[in-house]
Amino acid sequence: MKKLLFIALPLLLNVAAVASGTIEGEIEKQPLNVSAIIMFLLFVSGTLGITYWAAKRTKTAKDFYTAGGGITGFQNGMAIAGDYMSAASFLGISGLVYLAGYDGLIYSIGFLVGWPVILFLISERLRNLGKYTFADVAAYRLKQAPIRTLAAFGSIATVILYLIAQMVGAGKLIQLLFGLPYELAVVLVGTLMILYVTFGGMLATTWVQIIKAILLLSGATFMALAVLYQFDFSLEAMFAKAVEVHGKGEAIMSPGGLVSDPISAISLGVALMFGTAGLPHILMRFFTVSDAKEARKSVFYATGFIGYFYILTFIIGFGAIIMVLNNPEYLDLAKQAISGGSPILGGKNMAAIHLSHAVGGNFFLGFISAVAFATILAVVSGLTLAGASAISHDLYANVFEKGACDEAKEMRVSKIATIALGIIAIFLGIAFEKQNIAFVVGLAFAIAASANFPVLFLSMFWSKLTTRGAVIGGSLGLGTAILLVILGPIVWVQIFGYETAIFPYKYPALFSVTVAFIGIWFFSVTDKSDAAAKEIEAFEAQDIRSQTGIGAEGASSH
Amino acid sequence: MTKEQIEHVRNNPKYQKLVRERSKFAWTLSIIMLIVYYTFIMTIAFKPALLGAKIGSGVMTIGIPVGIAIIFIAFILAGIYVRRANGEFDQLTKEVREELGDIA
Repeated sequence: MKKLLFIALPLLLNVAAVASGTIEGEIEKQPLNVSAIIMFLLFVSGTLGITYWAAKRTKTAKDFYTAGGGITGFQNGMAIAGDYMSAASFLGISGLVYLAGYDGLIYSIGFLVGWPVILFLISERLRNLGKYTFADVAAYRLKQAPIRTLAAFGSIATVILYLIAQMVGAGKLIQLLFGLPYELAVVLVGTLMILYVTFGGMLATTWVQIIKAILLLSGATFMALAVLYQFDFSLEAMFAKAVEVHGKGEAIMSPGGLVSDPISAISLGVALMFGTAGLPHILMRFFTVSDAKEARKSVFYATGFIGYFYILTFIIGFGAIIMVLNNPEYLDLAKQAISGGSPILGGKNMAAIHLSHAVGGNFFLGFISAVAFATILAVVSGLTLAGASAISHDLYANVFEKGACDEAKEMRVSKIATIALGIIAIFLGIAFEKQNIAFVVGLAFAIAASANFPVLFLSMFWSKLTTRGAVIGGSLGLGTAILLVILGPIVWVQIFGYETAIFPYKYPALFSVTVAFIGIWFFSVTDKSDAAAKEIEAFEAQDIRSQTGIGAEGASSH
Repeated sequence: MTKEQIEHVRNNPKYQKLVRERSKFAWTLSIIMLIVYYTFIMTIAFKPALLGAKIGSGVMTIGIPVGIAIIFIAFILAGIYVRRANGEFDQLTKEVREELGDIA
């Protein structure tokens, strides 16, 4: 077992770098890339135009949080894909394939398989019960104040951690691609996201995500086709060439140790699957469609787009092995002089970017760079909107004002929250520039899986859930996730510099999710109060609504 | 909803059929997905050589089509569910709501 861990850990650390999409090493500022800047300006002016259009249609709180509930299933599927396919997965997974071949595919599959399960068990119940945030569902028959406070805390923690990863990634990427200073890049991303969300709300955010998804999918399709074209569309010929040039030879065609001990394997699976089902910005997207039918369609389309995208990144990774590896144009000569081998400029996560230059020259490099930037903008906008909703709808309107607050005031609070979150994200983005941020996305997924998901899931499926059980169990899950990440290999060893980690696994989800479920169960079944009896009784009515949509929020007419 | 109304809904045979069949279908598909995924992950953890075995004389291994197939299975299962839910189950839901009249 110990030996297994010894093999598994270094590889798992790689995964952390993938998940956060970090770009390695000291980044030298590049010369200004003109075609990238022009294309990026086109994207920004286009999306700002959309924001102006959306702002005129965003009048009520329902418009702001859910685009009036009038997004179609297809559009929402595209937007979910746009929300989920971050720059980290585009650059990170193709980089992992470039480095290790087959292992990249294992990671992609883990990210995808949660989606059908969300469709079967969660999406339509969520749509039938909720209004603006997933806390609406969790607090449906439980006490509003404690449940919403817990849910808002889980949401805000997830959102801020995710934002840090995106901001740092954005700053480094832009510095490398566009030749702009790091701080300026972070401020630019923060400002644009504040503009989109404050003025355009969910409608603008949705369209930014849809456009980004289209750009990313078409760019990636072009790259994959350009690679396959060279081999007359024969996968066998492409793989044969990659095996020939890659240092690891035929090993890139089989699993190489990304998940080599069962505990880490299961824990990673739990984190990816339950974490996805507990991400507030993803859950919020189910309220933007008119009914359960459209909610189902959205997940179906999203699964298709995301699955297709992961197949493309696999081909792109192999394309990079063939066209970028050993190509002197992309070599980091300074690094090679010190450590040998054939390191590429900016580290392995830049493999897809270099490939875009190799297949389409400077113009296409500019396009893919602009797409990578657009990708980050779309993801941070969705995150900020989810965080702002947790603050204004859950904390302010329902906890602080106890549900007796008028809509105009609630919207004003959500806009202030958006601006505040944007400023916090800018500051944290700058503060974390030189920090090791590999753990933050893992932590965000762990919190989503251990605090948000168990409470939400049991509130819909288990009649005996009580407020006490949800609050204590959810908090235990949250605390365990944070504690185990701190005691785990990345923070304890890499950041604090201790010899060995107290908790040996990088993914705490298996343990923290179990703690949450047991805690919720135990503190619910031992809760004999009158309030608990009423909450259990109220399950029937809630279940009827979740099954049939009777009484569910409809779409507003636009 | 009052207690009587809840009882009324719960005693409706079509409502019972909807809940029973949809739950069974949703859980069956979820379990299929989980079995497919964890079989794959466990193979990687315990018997990676199985996926590294070659097909034919070239470099292609079994792992590549298997991995791609899992992506397709996820998409196909989603399609199967949406097809039945948006057709049969939604029709049944509509009938339940009509029968319930003013409760709905």
